[in-house]
Amino acid sequence: MLEITSIEKGIVIDHITAGYGIQVFNYLNLDKADYNVALICNAYSQKMGKKDIIKINNVIDINYDFLGLIDPNATVNIIEEGKTIKKVKLEVPERVENIIRCKNPRCVTSVEHYFPHVFHLVDKEKRSYRCEYCDDIVIPYPVK
Amino acid sequence: MLKNRSLIDPNDFTREEFREIFDLGHQIIADPAKYSKSCEGKILATLFYEPSTRTRLSFETAMLRLGGQVIGFSEAASSSTAKGESIADTLRTVECYADIAAMRHPKEGAPRLASHYIHMPLINAGDGGHQHPTQTLTDILTIERLRGSVENKTYGFCGDLKFGRTVHSLVKFLSNYEGVRFIFISPEELRVPEYIREEVVRKKGIPFQEVDQMEPYMGELDFLYMTRVQRERFFNEEDYIRLKDRFILDKAKMAYARPDTYILHPLPRVNEISTEVDDDPRAQYFQQAKNGMYVRMALILKLLGIY
Ligand SMILES: [Zn+2]
Repeated sequence: MLEITSIEKGIVIDHITAGYGIQVFNYLNLDKADYNVALICNAYSQKMGKKDIIKINNVIDINYDFLGLIDPNATVNIIEEGKTIKKVKLEVPERVENIIRCKNPRCVTSVEHYFPHVFHLVDKEKRSYRCEYCDDIVIPYPVK
Repeated sequence: MLKNRSLIDPNDFTREEFREIFDLGHQIIADPAKYSKSCEGKILATLFYEPSTRTRLSFETAMLRLGGQVIGFSEAASSSTAKGESIADTLRTVECYADIAAMRHPKEGAPRLASHYIHMPLINAGDGGHQHPTQTLTDILTIERLRGSVENKTYGFCGDLKFGRTVHSLVKFLSNYEGVRFIFISPEELRVPEYIREEVVRKKGIPFQEVDQMEPYMGELDFLYMTRVQRERFFNEEDYIRLKDRFILDKAKMAYARPDTYILHPLPRVNEISTEVDDDPRAQYFQQAKNGMYVRMALILKLLGIY
């Protein structure tokens, strides 16, 4: 297996559903990072078969709503002096603002642009969301 | 308290709050003269970003019959929005002049958006193919006048159930009551949208069927709610012509209905109900339009906090 040096101080996002690692990576703008970052895809996992992992050798702000939206089963480990000092448990957010956009062409969000795009959780299992304005239902990150 | 609230979606009010509106509606029908000066000195703005003469007249007449006055526009082309003004700015300006507003807009969710920017009560008078709650109030008041209550009844919906916002609003509303059952009668292409089927009907465990013909189900219905298959909802003429005549209610189909099955329609009708049905005492769609004015009177009074 590919060896990735463990980090001293930073964040490890583990158990990301295989395939969603790149989306988390992009959302966190890690392609522009000037610190050490690793995206590991399809790593072996006893529980999941395959998983993605992201290691960030820096302390950055993370929008946990977004992570919960994209993959509530991922785990976030905060690392200091090479040790995990905190594990963050993610939850499927009840309400998300400006993360997903409404794709309904008849929705008012398609013509007016000065207000937040708001979605409300409809079904936790399916991870489906309803547009605040037009009620259109989307599943932005389907369970794989 | 309904004072200063907005009605955008049927789920905005509780059952008890709707009860207040319907009770007042029945009282107004019993003695309209009593309310003829209730809104003196008040102004209703009707903001119609797309034309709908019928709905606008109903709102305006309701306000006039309460002794209030009306201002407004019809069609975006004649208003400031044609110059690129945002909905939020238009509404904030209108709020300087009026006490209450009714808004119709072709985009879904526009009244919800508008309501976030103002403090005066706002009534959704129809937003695209989405919601039309005052039509629902009209329908419910009519159902109550004909059969006492909305509970324990089978409702048939026929026609364009995909884009028919009056159907969506009514289904959402009825879903909060005991013992209701739905039969959705439409071409496969025009079935109810997923969010109505899944989030409303299935989630609340309401028995329903989706079928594509009227006759076998007529005898089960307490109410048959007919809707128009609208030309503007179709991308091509061929589909429209192929579908519009498939679900026409005529005398022959009425023969399958019980003596206490009432026919409702939000109007305007094109040809989905044959005119030969109009004289049938079960045809209640014109009385329904009159009830619409009364229930809008009740709603205006409640949102202004006058009753
Ligand atoms: Zn939307």
